[in-house]
Amino acid sequence: MNVLVYLVPMALGLGLIGLFAFLWALRSGQYGDVDGAALRVLSDDDLET
Amino acid sequence: MTEALDLSLYAKPAGNGTLGMELAVEGIACGACIARIEGAVKNLPGVTEARLNYTNRRLHVAWADGAVKPSQILQVLEDSGYHGHPFVPLRAEREEAAEARWLTRCLAVAGFAAMNIMLLSVSVWSGNVTDITPETRDFFHWASALIALPAAAYAGRPFFTSAWGALTAHALNMDVPISLGVILALGMSLVETANHAEHAYFDSAIMLLFFLLVGRALDHAMRRKTRAVAGNLAALRADTAHRFSGDELVSVPVAALKAGDRLLVKPGERVPADAIVLGGASEIDESLITGETARRKVTSAATIYAGSLNYSGALTVKVTAAGGAALIDEIEKLLDKAASAKSRAMRLADRASRIYAPVVHLTAALTLAGWLLAGASLHDAVVTAIAVLIITCPCALALAIPAVQVVASGALFRANIILNAGDAIERLVDVDTVVFDKTGTLTLPEPRVVNAAALDPELLQLAARLALSSHHPLAVALSREVRLRVPFDGAVEEPGRGVRAHIDGVEARLGSAEFCSLAQASAHTPLIPALAAIQSQTPEIPAFAGTSGTRTDPGISTICFRHGSRSAVVAITQTLRPDAVEVAKSLRERGLDLRILSGDRDAAVAPIARALGIEHWQSGLKPAEKIARIEEWKTYGHRVLMVGDGLNDAPSLAAAHVSLSPISAADVTQAQADAVFLGERLKPVLDALVIAHSARALMTQNLWLAAIYNGIAVPIAIAGAVTPLIAALAMSGSSLLVTLNALRAGGRRP
Repeated sequence: MNVLVYLVPMALGLGLIGLFAFLWALRSGQYGDVDGAALRVLSDDDLET
Repeated sequence: MTEALDLSLYAKPAGNGTLGMELAVEGIACGACIARIEGAVKNLPGVTEARLNYTNRRLHVAWADGAVKPSQILQVLEDSGYHGHPFVPLRAEREEAAEARWLTRCLAVAGFAAMNIMLLSVSVWSGNVTDITPETRDFFHWASALIALPAAAYAGRPFFTSAWGALTAHALNMDVPISLGVILALGMSLVETANHAEHAYFDSAIMLLFFLLVGRALDHAMRRKTRAVAGNLAALRADTAHRFSGDELVSVPVAALKAGDRLLVKPGERVPADAIVLGGASEIDESLITGETARRKVTSAATIYAGSLNYSGALTVKVTAAGGAALIDEIEKLLDKAASAKSRAMRLADRASRIYAPVVHLTAALTLAGWLLAGASLHDAVVTAIAVLIITCPCALALAIPAVQVVASGALFRANIILNAGDAIERLVDVDTVVFDKTGTLTLPEPRVVNAAALDPELLQLAARLALSSHHPLAVALSREVRLRVPFDGAVEEPGRGVRAHIDGVEARLGSAEFCSLAQASAHTPLIPALAAIQSQTPEIPAFAGTSGTRTDPGISTICFRHGSRSAVVAITQTLRPDAVEVAKSLRERGLDLRILSGDRDAAVAPIARALGIEHWQSGLKPAEKIARIEEWKTYGHRVLMVGDGLNDAPSLAAAHVSLSPISAADVTQAQADAVFLGERLKPVLDALVIAHSARALMTQNLWLAAIYNGIAVPIAIAGAVTPLIAALAMSGSSLLVTLNALRAGGRRP
């Protein structure tokens, strides 16, 4: 059972990374325009025309 | 003359010597518009940033100060086929955005904590019935505590602050039992963990916070969405005024006007602010202010009010009260009084929590006393009492009403109704009397051609196309009939008289009878039988005042058209909203009492009341008299829904139990209304009532569901048989049940 002593904190740490990734995405406005984000992937503005 | 457009009001410093501006953009239809708009604006030299928010149809532009004029940005958008309307974001909107981000952060933290604690708790629960060692259990409990305590301290703040606010005001709201439950659950679990106990309730506390935050975040998101749409509509409506700067005319946004500014008000434009006429003479239509449809003649020194429509001549005016301050004193006073006297109906949720909280706390206290009397140890009695508080923590109850509100306001939004007040849904249900204003509410805000059927269609099309070249309100009304929206080349407008052009080599004139060289008498001769014929079919057209037939009702205007030897007289008047008759009928079938309170003349109101089958109508009312009527009905126990658009209706909207306003209403009026409806149909009034009724039914069902849950769970808790597993199952089960039930509020199409 000693394995739990480092497995549980490791699982928590991974979860925390996910949480901070979400908070960062929220702070940088990535949830400000959810409809637009879905459409922007379709535009070819990176291609030379 | 091209007039300079000064939009500096909207450009705000954005740091690093750049200016920023927010625009509401009209005409966005698909994803490709994003690249097209941003590309076009970014191509302007000096523009450093252009970002379109597709969700709320807003464009943010930033540019180096002095490099471009804001008006150029508007022009670029115009050239790409879009309309941009600059606006200043409201402070309330920014604060709400910040609050929404805060709620989402709390939600994320609670979600993370709930998942991890649940993982540990499930291990403990399965271990408790198999072979978990006490050391491992303690380790899991301490790990849970480590996650739960900081998470609750962070994610519980929305509830703790609200509960504290209520307690300091010596009141109770739903957040008080919630906060108490969470804090006690955490505290007891901590003590139990320290004592190596078998059960800890960290998971219950955090799950509770998570569910409640989901409900609160959704509620918030829905309100922000409707507010963003309302904000865009306001930006779309914001007009410009022509201000004299020296002798030159500059277009400025109405919001930039100050008292003392000299303005030019052209024919066909709305007066932008309360003002005194300095020069010129015209007729103005004050129907938005007083409800009166007959026009008033104004000359020098006359006082005119914001929102009136200038008909015939250009006026030079001096602003007396600018922008938002523009309001007739009398109405302002009435408004203050009505708004302060309005007895706020107590919300269903508050009523429920006022009963619920004391009952729950009393039950917990009795449980404690009961177990002590029965000889249990103090520790066991306290643990059982706290378990009662945890299990009754009103998760389902706190979700029961907001969840329905979110879904119902979404349904209202799809029915073109934008809620201003969240509790309007509950108040709509009580309504037994619907009071309508006439002008602009039962009738369309803009006049329409009424004798189209009696005219030669080809001639009408020519007249309507010629009307495209004029700004006169009657010509604008006529031009709505046109199929081909292309003005004739070389059309010349003679201000105050009419517009002329050569069509197929023959001169055509549109305007007064005199301008079209039609004698006064002959102008009316063909009209009178035509009008009489229409009247017999559509009773909403007011009867002629006087029997001689030489004078028409001031509510009907005529405009003459002559093309070579052929001529036509077009009658234009206020017409009913297209579905007004059916809506009135459906409302009556729902058992509602319909009434009209109008500021217009008898002759204009009577036919409309007759057409709609409304028996109770009163005309020529001043704002104070409208309020008096509503107050009188209130004393008889009637709950009044007031539907109105004019400035004169604003106080009555505030006085009524609940109120609706069309989007064409005056700004002040819209601000008073509980909800605003879009479009030219009256059906949203009916939809609002239907949706409110089904929402109210679901709210009641949800409250019962929550009550049944408590009825089952509380005896188990009092008996001391609750384990964390039962608590988790019961609490999340009931929360999911009320949420799923609430979803039905959006499913039924009205």
